[in-house]
Amino acid sequence: MLEAVFLSPFKDMVGAPTFLMEVLIGGVAAGLMYSLVALGFVLIFKASGVFNFAQGVMVLFAALTLVGLIERGAPLVVALALTMAVMVALAFAIERVVLRPLVNQEQIILFMATIGLNFFLEGFGEFAWGSDVKKLDVGIPDTSFMAWGVQVNRLELTAAITAAVLVAVMAVFFQRTRIGRALRAVADDHEAALSIGIPLNTIWIVVWSVAGLVAIVAGIMWGAKSGVQFSLSLIALKALPVLILGGFTSVPGAIAGGLIIGVGEKVAEVYWGPLVGGAIENWFAYALALVFLLFRPQGLFGEKIIERV
Amino acid sequence: MRARPDPPPTPLLEVNRISVRFGAVQALERVSLEIRRGEIVAIIGPNGAGKTTLLNVVSGFYHPYEGQILFEGRDRTELRPYDVAALGVARTFQNVALFKGMSVLDNIMTGRLLKMRGSFLLEALYWGPAMKQELEHRAFVERIIDFLEIQAIRKASAGKLPYGLQKRVELARALAAEPKLLLLDEPMAGMNVEEKEDMCRFILGVNDEFDTTIALIEHDMSVVMDISDRVIALDYGRKIADGTPDAVRADHTVIAAYLGVAHA
Repeated sequence: MLEAVFLSPFKDMVGAPTFLMEVLIGGVAAGLMYSLVALGFVLIFKASGVFNFAQGVMVLFAALTLVGLIERGAPLVVALALTMAVMVALAFAIERVVLRPLVNQEQIILFMATIGLNFFLEGFGEFAWGSDVKKLDVGIPDTSFMAWGVQVNRLELTAAITAAVLVAVMAVFFQRTRIGRALRAVADDHEAALSIGIPLNTIWIVVWSVAGLVAIVAGIMWGAKSGVQFSLSLIALKALPVLILGGFTSVPGAIAGGLIIGVGEKVAEVYWGPLVGGAIENWFAYALALVFLLFRPQGLFGEKIIERV
Repeated sequence: MRARPDPPPTPLLEVNRISVRFGAVQALERVSLEIRRGEIVAIIGPNGAGKTTLLNVVSGFYHPYEGQILFEGRDRTELRPYDVAALGVARTFQNVALFKGMSVLDNIMTGRLLKMRGSFLLEALYWGPAMKQELEHRAFVERIIDFLEIQAIRKASAGKLPYGLQKRVELARALAAEPKLLLLDEPMAGMNVEEKEDMCRFILGVNDEFDTTIALIEHDMSVVMDISDRVIALDYGRKIADGTPDAVRADHTVIAAYLGVAHA
């Protein structure tokens, strides 16, 4: 028994390195997709301290809008541009209708407001685009090719590269630009940010827009893989353990957390799954998150929570 | 106290009969005052007198339910904090509000945000005019860093600095905005004698070299006497004295407020 748990899986890994490679690549690809969703949460949480319950639905809504536009005959590029415009318009609307009237309210009230937003977007998406499962074709076949004896899925590879580029762009945006500096300032201390002339409302519009754009990318990648359907909003649930692992306030944390969970659950499923009858993939992330909550609640990269008296 | 030529007639800031209330607490009651260009004005008073509330009203964090605030002769009563900042009012906070996760240099650079213009794309690429702009702002910030003698810590993370230095960095960030009016909320609280002397020197220097008008809240009376041109005393939300340091020190209402004479 002990041997089956602690020895055999590693023997299998060493015994078939190409297969291990394929499992790892699959894990990294899935992990980057989780990271993409988690990034949306982190952005909004950093800048406004709001945990945006509606992030998953934003992913769904973006994908629905894109597919809906394509179905109505818009070319992919036009549909993409329009979807981006819709997400930015949504950011303006959220700032005006939800955030501005609730300024200076308790965090929990803002959180409740995002739950409301969640239901509104879900209903509005269904109303506008219908509730059928839709196929999203972005012109990249869901097939594999061989590279150095390892099978690589084209769609997963494209998604991984896109996610990596997006993360790099955001890192530059945050570190180098004036708005990025303002964003970091707001995330750090609201009062001080106001006192040096940073308009909070503009910053909110910027972060919600960026979160909306990230949602489009996540929506496209997930939609192309498993179809655009209402269960898409549930991937937000998978982003939660990623956030707990990486820390709610850390962009690198969201990436690392996503990768750890993506790779971890694939490896656990393939090598340890048979021992417990499979389906490890479904609960691995949550079990890991639980362990983190017990021993390192601020996550890998989050700021240490110190209450000063 | 220092001698000074006559200031120009329009005051930089005029506060006319403002009142602020928090629930049952009357924090400010019909307070009027003015701050003239080039002055250093100290606001004194016992705890709970309404000093910080006054500063918060002037910088737009609170709004009075009655009264009026004029900045450079124009009504500014209803402005929000970032609009006030854009007008040229910078401030520091009683409990140091620095961006703790950022370096000292980045903290001070954020003070320049209002002065920066330009396109995202160029900034992201750090190219062309954006680079030139960044370098110009850096040059100004370096001047402040030299002036406040914090060269050695410019790369340090702001949150890890000792308290006295944090206060100095906060002053640097406020100065970076090139304010016309600088509001300092207890700039010397919690400092030792040596740090206080440094801070006094910096405040006088800022007033002189950067031509900044300063209003500060301070408890240490010897500091107040040393650096201010004028002293305003508050007690229970009301102004009880306004004049030269010597006159205010001799004022019997002020003495009574500080000695804790029973209020009728």
